[in-house]
Amino acid sequence: MKYEVQENCLTIFLPTELDHHNAESIRREADHLIEKNHIRYVIFDFEDTVFCDSSGIGVIMGRYKRIYMLGGEVCAVHTNERMKKILTMSGATKIMKIYEEDK
Amino acid sequence: MENTNEMQLIFDSRSSNESFARVTVAAFMTSLNPTVEEVSDVKTAVSEAVTNAIIHGYENEVHNIYIRCRTEGKTLYLEIEDKGKGIPDVKKAMEPLFTTKPELDRSGMGFSFMEAFMDHLEVESEPGQGTTVKMEKTIGKGRKLWTTQSL
Repeated sequence: MKYEVQENCLTIFLPTELDHHNAESIRREADHLIEKNHIRYVIFDFEDTVFCDSSGIGVIMGRYKRIYMLGGEVCAVHTNERMKKILTMSGATKIMKIYEEDK
Repeated sequence: MENTNEMQLIFDSRSSNESFARVTVAAFMTSLNPTVEEVSDVKTAVSEAVTNAIIHGYENEVHNIYIRCRTEGKTLYLEIEDKGKGIPDVKKAMEPLFTTKPELDRSGMGFSFMEAFMDHLEVESEPGQGTTVKMEKTIGKGRKLWTTQSL
């Protein structure tokens, strides 16, 4: 998993295809990093992502629950039209903001 | 019959085959001249059904998953079958957000996605026998013909 930690903020650079196959390792690594680095903010970077299914949504929702319990926030950046559609349909946009540009 | 085409795919229920399965179905449907959007819809639906077969049907054991594809006119018919443990209550399983594996971060949206992205969804399942997901999508539905405008 490609990622970057800046203070208490974790940016996850999601893979081209976010499905059940690679969701598992992202889940494991992200949770490890969240704990180790006292992360409060998670940014999902969809720059390279062209495919995402409900397993991908599961990873995002799962990280949201964890971060929310810690009093933090998650957001998404660089989402293309398809990703926006998937995130909206699944209700993920209700818990997470989509930013068009890097903050 | 003219205007029909068929293909079948049998592969191991490994998660690494999920992308192979959806890309293969996507390649098969190109003769229907789909839009990028329509291809993405079908890929998502295939991915959901195959993931279900792997996680729930076979519970991560390696067995065969069967995909049968048929095109007839502008319609794509898809059947994705596993011979796994089956679903005791199909109606309940299809409810949005229902999942039997929340500890694995399953969102419970697999069937909702299949329903949303395809025109028709039917699930046949028998506990102990397996599950068959049947889906249909008509390509080019509601798409307007290109009209050339004079300058």
